[in-house]
Amino acid sequence: MFRQMEGSRAVAETVALCRPEVICAYPITPQTHIVEALGEMVRSGELAPCEFINVESEFAALSVAIGASAAGARAYTATASQGLLFMAEAVYNAAGLGLPIVMTIGNRAIGAPINIWNDHSDSMAMRDAGWIQLFAETNQEAADLHILAFRLAEELSCPVMVCMDGFILTHAYERVDLPAQEQVDAYLPPFDPRQVLDPDAPVSIGAMVGPEAFTEVRYLAHHKQLRALQRIPELSAQFEAVFGRPCGGLVRGYRIEDAELIVVALGSVNGTIQDVVDEMRGEGISVGSVSIGTFRPFPLAAVRAALAGAKRVVVLEKSLAPGLGGIVATDVRMALSGLPSQIYTVIAGLGGRAVTKASLHKMLRSACEDALEPVTFLDLNLGIIERHLDRENTVRRSGPAAENILRDMGLVAGRIG
Amino acid sequence: MTAAELLSVAAFLEGKHAQAFPSFGSERMGAPVMAFCRIETKPIRLREPVIQPDALIVQDPTLLHQVEVFDGLADTGYLLLNSARGFEDLGLAEFVGRFPAGHCRTVPASELALRHVGRPLPNAALLGGFAGITDALKIESVLAAIRAKFSGAIGDSNAAAAQEAYESVRRRPVVETSHV
Repeated sequence: MFRQMEGSRAVAETVALCRPEVICAYPITPQTHIVEALGEMVRSGELAPCEFINVESEFAALSVAIGASAAGARAYTATASQGLLFMAEAVYNAAGLGLPIVMTIGNRAIGAPINIWNDHSDSMAMRDAGWIQLFAETNQEAADLHILAFRLAEELSCPVMVCMDGFILTHAYERVDLPAQEQVDAYLPPFDPRQVLDPDAPVSIGAMVGPEAFTEVRYLAHHKQLRALQRIPELSAQFEAVFGRPCGGLVRGYRIEDAELIVVALGSVNGTIQDVVDEMRGEGISVGSVSIGTFRPFPLAAVRAALAGAKRVVVLEKSLAPGLGGIVATDVRMALSGLPSQIYTVIAGLGGRAVTKASLHKMLRSACEDALEPVTFLDLNLGIIERHLDRENTVRRSGPAAENILRDMGLVAGRIG
Repeated sequence: MTAAELLSVAAFLEGKHAQAFPSFGSERMGAPVMAFCRIETKPIRLREPVIQPDALIVQDPTLLHQVEVFDGLADTGYLLLNSARGFEDLGLAEFVGRFPAGHCRTVPASELALRHVGRPLPNAALLGGFAGITDALKIESVLAAIRAKFSGAIGDSNAAAAQEAYESVRRRPVVETSHV
């Protein structure tokens, strides 16, 4: 049944439909509404049997999830930004141990400077921890992906992050069709763990592994991700069969047949990009877009197939590898190696900077004329940058950059855009 | 944000697509806050903030001197301001003169809320007023959205504030800003 609801609420109710047995969380913006709602559902008895464990930090949140999962419970948590970094060691452990935890990331920038708004720096920092990373375009997909995530995680015995844009999705109200319990039960069987801490059949989980076998254990982690590349399209197709709408998948093309220019992106910005694609198509410009729904494992073959016909590829990403440029773009370049396409990296939407249609139009026109820099920062305020660099060139003790820039802009608080 | 949420729910109840979201600006208590709502007859994919609104609802008129509240509002747009005073009194007569008759109104939403609800929370009354000045939403949908969000007596009193604001906007003379 369709309801007009907040993204966080839709995720919380969907996670509840997945019958989690242990939820442990530490609040952090913009993820908080999700675990708050789940906490209320557990307290009221609406979600039972389930234990909601308040913990003292994100490190503890994921550590408790690891323990719960190892004991055979379906475990869930959610975090964002510095919270994900604070649990980093446990993030690697969950994957290394092969525990099928599902975690929502309400994507948010990482400080310093401290910033509570959306970009993908947090998930990107953990991209090689061994988790599967799925990115949602809409709140419908954010909710649905959790059902697919539990199924995928438990089948492969591998943890899954469902990444949804902080505020843009977590705090947005839009229509969402939540499934019935019977549908979820039909798609998601009870958790049947590959390994479990059972006093009647004792095992050790987390043994020390030396040079003689470490590579083999790591290879198996890679192998598991490659299995996921096969299973994700199959599970997406099954999802559509049960729920009557598409969900997830490796990559999704939008008007890419015959497109000379293709924009590649992750997450909710794809909606804005699709509107721009339609407008530019209306002007006779041959453009399309590709949404990467699965970032880890990275679908090299699917990305290559989707982009192979394009003369120009613009990778628009909400993340930055300082000293290199793009993170997503680096992977896309690998997918396109040997092809003659011109590839541009566009860094956009950092720390909540709005990605507007107007800016996209301007940038894409520039790409069509091959006038785009290889690495472009969308809507970069060059005047402010030059002013600060001047200051650094003239004064040794030029002071903290962020505070200087805010003063230059006459800003105390932020503003939209 | 509650007002934008309720607007989106009212539109949803009419079978429309709607998207409501907060501004991604500062979250300090007391800081100016913006929230947006898009209403469409087709699915909404766009995620940028509303830069050129068709309608603007100002909950706190003291903001008029702090931020560029009217940025992007086209001369064909709608403006609803929470104030017991008229535009002339607020020094806005000239500004609102550029809009079509009936597109700009003030409504004493805080006072209505205080009287009906007991607290000066203007959301419901402003949404009633909004239904009154535009044809975007029916007042019945706004009242249903309010009652869906707030149950029992709180829902009823907020709905009453919205209804009175709606009627006062419908009743008041359209030409109130013609002399400068």
